[in-house]
Amino acid sequence: MSLTEKDKAVVKALWAKISTHADAIGGDALGRLLVVYPQTKTYFSHWPDLSPNSPSVKNHGKTIMSGIALAVSTIDDLKSGLQELSEKHAFKLRVDPANFKILSHCILVVLAIMFPKEFTPEAHVAMDKFFCGVSLALAERYR
Amino acid sequence: MVEWTECERATIKDIFAKLDYDSVGPAALSRCLVVYPWTQRYFSKFGNLYNAAAIMGNPNVAKHGKIILHDLERGVKNMDNLKETYADLSVLHSEKLHVDPDNFKLISDCLTIVVASRMGKAFTGEVQAALQKFLAAVVSALGRQYH
Repeated sequence: MSLTEKDKAVVKALWAKISTHADAIGGDALGRLLVVYPQTKTYFSHWPDLSPNSPSVKNHGKTIMSGIALAVSTIDDLKSGLQELSEKHAFKLRVDPANFKILSHCILVVLAIMFPKEFTPEAHVAMDKFFCGVSLALAERYR
Repeated sequence: MVEWTECERATIKDIFAKLDYDSVGPAALSRCLVVYPWTQRYFSKFGNLYNAAAIMGNPNVAKHGKIILHDLERGVKNMDNLKETYADLSVLHSEKLHVDPDNFKLISDCLTIVVASRMGKAFTGEVQAALQKFLAAVVSALGRQYH
């Protein structure tokens, strides 16, 4: 299920529309992840406040979205583009890769909320494929 | 059996009370057929599914989408008895329709996304959690009669 040229064009076009809201998207998606999938809180036990609007959550949401921005800019070779991030997740953070799928789902939900007109079924399938590709690239260095 | 808090019960009833079934159902099913095209295997008799526009304009898809939402409403009305409520539909999907139960999760995800787009900011994390818990329970009930 690799990205076609059409998928890449759709992803880039959608990203162009939504990237100015990246921080808000990231914060909402991460806050949502922690509420909807409470097991993910185990990765953030060092934060004082795990509630959706806390500074830690908002800040980390921005960090996540800058990773997504990097993925968009390296969409032609996600494996190379995300190699450093993959090593970080594999060796330092040791996040179970199953969580990439549920965070992707939360980002898609936020896109549906914030951009109901733009997040058409065609945009949805391209973004879903893109996040699958990102998740795969992030898991590349795990073993 | 699934345990529901009073808050979850109220949230689920509230979501469904505000939904336009005849719009959300078709939107969710057609989105599923576009985003996960292998699900089209179960709808070969529905006519033109060649591209997203065809799927979204297909009257058979729309009709079936409405049926799905109305069937979900039965679950909303019987949240403490989902296994019995969906026993017949489970047998149907298993023995007559031969639907891989993994597909139920796919249409649940699409329904969640459509509900999110309709509810906007009101679709908070808590509301999402309640809806996903309900849909997961329905999916589980629908898979119970598979042998």
